[in-house]
Amino acid sequence: MLSITDLVIGFHTPRGTIHAVDGVSLSLDEGEVLGVVGESGCGKSVLALSVLGLLPQPPAFVAGGKILFRDQDLLKLPGDAWRRLRGNAIGMIFQEPMTALNPVFTVGNQLMEVFRVHRNLGRAEALRESVEMLAKVGVPAPERRVKEYPYQLSGGMRQRVMIAMALACNPDLLLADEPTTALDVSIQAQILELMIALKEDMGTAIMLITHDLGVVAEMTQRVAVMYTGRIMEEASTVTLFDNPLHPYTLGLMGAIPRADATFETEALTEIQGVVPGLGNLPPGCHFAPRCPRVMDVCRTEVPPLVAVAPDHRVACWAVTHG
Amino acid sequence: MGRYILKRLWHTVYVAVGISIISFFFIHLSGDPVMLMLPPDASHAEVEALREQLGFNDPLPVQYWRFASHAVRGDLGTSLYHRVPAIDLIFERLPASLELAGAAMLIALVVSIPLGIVSAVKRGSFWDVSSMLGALFGLSMPHFWLGIMMILLFSVHLGWLPTSGRGTLAHLIMPSLALGLSLMAMFARLTRSVMLEVLSQDYVRTARAKGLREQWVIGKHALKNALIPLVTVAGMQFGFLIGGTVIIETVFAWPGVGRLVVQAIFSRDYPLVQAAVLVLAVLFVLINLITDLVYLYLDPQISYLEAK
Repeated sequence: MLSITDLVIGFHTPRGTIHAVDGVSLSLDEGEVLGVVGESGCGKSVLALSVLGLLPQPPAFVAGGKILFRDQDLLKLPGDAWRRLRGNAIGMIFQEPMTALNPVFTVGNQLMEVFRVHRNLGRAEALRESVEMLAKVGVPAPERRVKEYPYQLSGGMRQRVMIAMALACNPDLLLADEPTTALDVSIQAQILELMIALKEDMGTAIMLITHDLGVVAEMTQRVAVMYTGRIMEEASTVTLFDNPLHPYTLGLMGAIPRADATFETEALTEIQGVVPGLGNLPPGCHFAPRCPRVMDVCRTEVPPLVAVAPDHRVACWAVTHG
Repeated sequence: MGRYILKRLWHTVYVAVGISIISFFFIHLSGDPVMLMLPPDASHAEVEALREQLGFNDPLPVQYWRFASHAVRGDLGTSLYHRVPAIDLIFERLPASLELAGAAMLIALVVSIPLGIVSAVKRGSFWDVSSMLGALFGLSMPHFWLGIMMILLFSVHLGWLPTSGRGTLAHLIMPSLALGLSLMAMFARLTRSVMLEVLSQDYVRTARAKGLREQWVIGKHALKNALIPLVTVAGMQFGFLIGGTVIIETVFAWPGVGRLVVQAIFSRDYPLVQAAVLVLAVLFVLINLITDLVYLYLDPQISYLEAK
């Protein structure tokens, strides 16, 4: 349903052009949940925004590749046609529920807009649909809530409102950019459960962007691990957690605290070094300077993403040729 | 809401009392009006007699009390120079001042807000750079010079508009333009910077993610947020405009309050200055009240805090 091929997104900066997304290929099937994992700045949010056509241009620009959604290339679509997909066939939830809602309009007003713009509903009907949608995402007393302003709602409630907005028109694809990162742990679990329930109910495919491997394990069927704009490893969630191959993935897994570990048996490991700035990336594999298994070829040649099993692709010289 | 307005109107009384005390004592520090009212060769006895007659020999608190007790009954004293009740002079001139300030403000807002929005949206474009450069010109040009240049061009050379005075709409055009231009420049720059800030907010991205048309995103979601600081500045400026347009009033012989007050200050016309300061202060407070009421509409969080 969604198929991204060799996508390159550049940014013009005062110090030259950088590539926030550098040759990413991904696909998403009907009703599938794909996790995109990586540290801050790895390009995962830029990837999601590019699918929605919401990157600020300039400074951002598409340097190459294709984004096929339902067999149409979004990048070649006229602006207005792309706009009509947003909030309609493709919904998006953002990280910060506190700032993602407009403070000077009521919740109902902001939710109704989606119905009015995509379904051409009148005020009364849009309001009724909005109340119904709020009830669906578990907002208590929705008739009252529609008349309230965002500041009167808690963070969890606001994120529910955001989800209601994103799913209002029953989209085929939901882009969720760190939807639970800004929330309390207990609320996180509720929001994730809600997303799973709604997905089952509506059959929406989800691209879940997160840095939280716990969320990935719970929510997704497939995972792509991103590092500095490139995909390092991609596999079904089960495979990735059972048999992680890329040294970067292994590093990420080693950094997750485990409830059953003790100091004596298993200390947390960390990945040596820091993420290089996108302005001064090494040639070859971007992870080479921090990699425990680095070889000479890694420093000069970019490793291709190679299938090592039917549902497992890795971009690592050490794994494929080591 | 009604209670809020009543409370705020009550605050106006405090401001009026405070302002009247301050202006009363300050103006009495500025010199003796009697010396200006009598010919230079008047005898000492004559000066004393006039001073006694006008009550200037009483202690200041007594004089203030006399002023205040008359003021609450609507009597703000008689102009020493014009020999008519001060309040009549002021109310006679006030419509002219309000008309000029209102027209200038209207011109400024109508032009500058769209200009600032377009500049922000098309940031860095030729349009943005040239209109902001124009705004800088508008800001740096002195009123009196601009006024004189307009008179030269439109009245003297082209003969399109009357040079001065008040009456028809044609009379209003040049003074309000001359006054409005610098305001326009200020608002355009302010709108642009506020709009740039608002456009980078998360909720604007959310509005776009909902698939709203860009005009709608800017005209609804961004603009209402951007209006909050604009209303603040516009309200303040309007208050200043009513009494503070002396230069333009002088250049165009516009019969406003500003010129009246300045003349009164030079002739040490105590009652008139006192009355004018009081009226202008109360007006300023009322304008502020209106500004705050607009806030309540623009920012729901404020009404929520007020209610608490």
